[in-house]
Amino acid sequence: MTDIRTDIPFAAEGEASFGDYIALLKPRVMSLVVFTALAGLLVAPGSLHPVEALAAIIFIALGAGASGALNMWWDADIDRVMKRTAKRPIPAGKVAPQEAMALGLALSGMAVIMLWLSTNALAAGLLAFTIFFYAVIYSMWLKRATPQNIVIGGAAGAFPPMIGWVAVTGSISVEACLMFLLIFMWTPPHFWALALFMKSDYHKARVPMLTVTHGRRATRAHILVYTLALVPVALAAAFTSIGGPVYLALALVLNAMFVQGAWAIWRRDEAQAEADSYATEKRVFRFSLSYLFLLFTALMAEAALAYWPAYTSFAAHLPVLELF
Amino acid sequence: MPITREHELHQRRSGRNVGLALVLVGFIALVFGLTIAKVQGGSTLQAYDHSYRPSLDPDNVRYQQR
Repeated sequence: MTDIRTDIPFAAEGEASFGDYIALLKPRVMSLVVFTALAGLLVAPGSLHPVEALAAIIFIALGAGASGALNMWWDADIDRVMKRTAKRPIPAGKVAPQEAMALGLALSGMAVIMLWLSTNALAAGLLAFTIFFYAVIYSMWLKRATPQNIVIGGAAGAFPPMIGWVAVTGSISVEACLMFLLIFMWTPPHFWALALFMKSDYHKARVPMLTVTHGRRATRAHILVYTLALVPVALAAAFTSIGGPVYLALALVLNAMFVQGAWAIWRRDEAQAEADSYATEKRVFRFSLSYLFLLFTALMAEAALAYWPAYTSFAAHLPVLELF
Repeated sequence: MPITREHELHQRRSGRNVGLALVLVGFIALVFGLTIAKVQGGSTLQAYDHSYRPSLDPDNVRYQQR
C-alpha cells in the first residue's frame, strides 16, 4: 500500500518562479498557523516587545512552512496522483524534489534558531519538535501507514498556539494544553468531512484514509464521535484564565452547531449524499473552518476585554464561571 | 570585462531575484529590530571589553570584601 513512488524526476522540468517557492511553504496552512500562534501569544499572561512578538510569529510560520516543503518533497509521488495537489510545484515540474528538501531543511534550522534567539529555548524546542512531527512522524510514517494518520498527525497543526504561549511565558500551562487540544480534536472531523467528498482522490493515491480502509459509514460515525469529544475541550477553556463570558457563549453556540452538523453527516447514507453532491459534508467542512477561527477570535477578544474594568467585574460575578 | 549584454536568463529570473532580495532585506531589518529590542529590554549590560574588570569577577576576593 505504501510503495507508489515511481518516476520522480531529479531535476525540475520548468523554471521555478518566486511564487513556486512560496507555494512550497503552503501559505494557506501558514496563515492558519500565524493566526493561532498569534492567539496563543496574545492571550498569554505577560508581554513581549512588539518586535520580538513579530519575530516569534514570523519564525513559527516559517517553521510551519519549512515542514510543508519537507512534506511536499516526501509526498511528491502521491501529490502527482491527486487532483487537488497535482499542480503543486514538484509534481508540476517547477521545482526539483531535492531543491524542496534543501529549502525545507535550511528554513527549519533557521526558524528554530531564530525563534530561540527571539524568545526562549522551550518555544524553539517545541517548534523543532513540531517540524519533526509533521515531516517525519506524519508525512514519512503515519500518513501511508494508518487510517488514524489525521488524528495523530493533527498534533503538528495543534502546536502553534502552544508555541505562541510559551514564547511569552517560557512554560507550558493548562491553557496552552487546552488550545493544543482544541485544534487536535478539531482536525479529524474537519479532514474526514473533506475526505467524504474528495473520496476518489485519496483512493487513487492509495493513502489509507478512513474512508478507504473502513468505509464511509465508519467515517461518518468517527466524525460524530470526535465532534462530541471536541465539545468538552472547547468548553473547558472558558473556565480557565483565557476564557470568559464571551468565549463561553460563543463556544456553546458553535459547538451545538458543530454537533448538529456531525449528527446530520452521521444520519445520511451514501445515496442521500450523492443525490445532493455532498452538500451537508461540504457545509460542515466550511463551518469547521469558521468554528476554529471564531473560537480563537473569542479568546483574543477575552484578552482584550480584560483591560476593561466593567467587563472583568461582570465576569467575576458570573456564578457559572466560578464552577472550577 | 564587464557584462554589458542582458542575457535572457536575467529577464526570466528577475522576479525570483527581486523576491529573494526583498526577503533578505526584510530579514536584515527584522534582525536589526530584534537587536535594538533586546538591548533596550535588557538591564545594564557589562562585559570585560578587552580589559580585566574586578567587579565582574566572582573570584575576586578583594572586590567581594568591599
